[in-house]
Amino acid sequence: MIKTSTRLFTKNSFFMSKKPGIVKFFRRNAVAYMFLTPWLLGFLVLTLYPMVYSLWLSFTNYDFTQPDSTQWIGLGNYLKMFGPVFGLSEFTASTGEVMRVDPYYLKSLSVTFTYVFVSVPLKLIFALAVALLMNQKLRGVSFYRAVYYIPTLLGGSVAIAVLWRKLFEKDGLVNGLLGAIGFTDLPGWITNPNYALGTLVLLSVWQFGSSMIIFLAGLKQIPEEYYEAASVDGANKVQQFFSITIPLLSPVILFNLVIQMISAFQVFTQAYIVGGGRGGVLNSTLFYTLHLYIQGWTYHEMGYASAMAWVLLLIIGVLTAIVFRSSNWWVSYGAGE
Amino acid sequence: MGLGNNMKTSRVVRLTLTHLFIIALGLLMIYPIVWMIVSSFKPNNMIFSDPGLIPKAVTIENYVSGWKGYAGTSFGRFFANSFLMCAVAIVGNLLTCTMAAYAFGRLKFVGRNFWFAVMMITLMLPAHVTLVPRYILFNTFGWVGSYLPILVPKFLATDAFFVFLLVQFIRSLPKELDEAATIDGCGQFGVFSRIIVPLASPALVTMALFTFLWTWDDFFNQLLYLTRPETFTVARALRTFVGDAGAVSNWGGTLAMAALAMVPIFILFFALQKYFVQGITTTGIKG
Repeated sequence: MIKTSTRLFTKNSFFMSKKPGIVKFFRRNAVAYMFLTPWLLGFLVLTLYPMVYSLWLSFTNYDFTQPDSTQWIGLGNYLKMFGPVFGLSEFTASTGEVMRVDPYYLKSLSVTFTYVFVSVPLKLIFALAVALLMNQKLRGVSFYRAVYYIPTLLGGSVAIAVLWRKLFEKDGLVNGLLGAIGFTDLPGWITNPNYALGTLVLLSVWQFGSSMIIFLAGLKQIPEEYYEAASVDGANKVQQFFSITIPLLSPVILFNLVIQMISAFQVFTQAYIVGGGRGGVLNSTLFYTLHLYIQGWTYHEMGYASAMAWVLLLIIGVLTAIVFRSSNWWVSYGAGE
Repeated sequence: MGLGNNMKTSRVVRLTLTHLFIIALGLLMIYPIVWMIVSSFKPNNMIFSDPGLIPKAVTIENYVSGWKGYAGTSFGRFFANSFLMCAVAIVGNLLTCTMAAYAFGRLKFVGRNFWFAVMMITLMLPAHVTLVPRYILFNTFGWVGSYLPILVPKFLATDAFFVFLLVQFIRSLPKELDEAATIDGCGQFGVFSRIIVPLASPALVTMALFTFLWTWDDFFNQLLYLTRPETFTVARALRTFVGDAGAVSNWGGTLAMAALAMVPIFILFFALQKYFVQGITTTGIKG
């Protein structure tokens, strides 16, 4: 998939084409841009302009309820986020106003990072394991695949988030099951700050379906002969896995890793519902986007929310770049073609 | 195991074990969902901590109480709202994403590579960077509280995932057909409507499906923009069952309506399964 898209970038179709007449040239371009107009308009009005605007807002104290008193506060919003790192509890903004730092920002950052770094690898490992299991000549694989995809199909919905709350409450289903096999003194998983995030990690790993389907498609691309040759040479299953499957699957692993990482940083619905619109007990499930929503829409501090959004964009951008950079070491693009 | 004459039996045993393992794991995976559906038919006081899948008493009282909805508006209205919203969203995406994809996938124009690169970048962009200004913009238009902030972007091809999916698909179609149609006197519009759209219909079905799924489940935008109970969608209305700090008073009704909210997705998934798989493998769409 990634390969095809890079090919689209490099293929220089315009200059390769036959020399048209000047009228034909303009007409062709006019028609093409007509087809492109809705997208172009959407990009300019709903993406480019808002991005520039939100970058500007991030340096202001824009309050949705009193937009007329908006002032430029320089890096104030960013200090509000990261002030506690430097031991600040309040600071003077460029307007002369004393601003308090956000005591919960770093918490939301650590909750989100923990979630991403635990749930994404677990999800990918689980997805790969199930894909390997399914990548055999079994009858009914497409049915099994459908069943395993069901949690992913429904997982992002409010309905499932509500269900999750129910499952992991003190008197919920999970404790009912654990109680039935003899456990006692069980905690309320959702309401216990030590476990609340764990239940959301579990909810994420449960939705391994689309990674699994992509892995399965990747596994089908690996030629059978490689394994045959390897077993003739005396390689066992484990050696085959590490010297054939993993290297040949590495572009797919990279792809899944990037997609899942980007979406994990933006998780909202589950956290919002499980925490009842707040960050849960002791802010143990105060996800980044949830905190952003609360700042922007509960407290109307939209300048600050914009700054938070830009930091999120930077975090995702830098991490994605690091992953792509590191892929030089561990992703092989050779034999799979 | 491993002895030549035992190979066949050991293979059968291994296959059977694999099947059993996959089935057991699969049951574990969907157990919470099955439990939810079953529990929605249990009397309210028996839902708690009854992990069993066979209800001791069956009732539809949860559906009756849940259907009453929120603030005098019933779930009938919420479902109608959701369906209508999804239908319009699908029309928007079908129209504009297909147009953009045709331009990127087939037409030659100045700046194509540049705009395509831009489109690919928007694919990776977290929605939050545009969130606040969009909200302010829609608010100045007086659109907050209506479906316009959710639906207008669909008519501006903002779902870059689908544009990408369709570009991939359109590029895989044989060019000879376009050329033949051109020789027969078709203009670019004719090629688009008579050749590309019909041939791309599997990808269009995939796009319609995922548009439905995502719009149905897109809680965040519904939370932001739908403010009056009579405009609530199913997802937005389900949230009203969960109080602040997460307390739920009517668990039976909540589970019943949550189960009901999944029905349209279930039906579409099992009816059109292969389009789901196609959509996921071509773009890595998350579920």
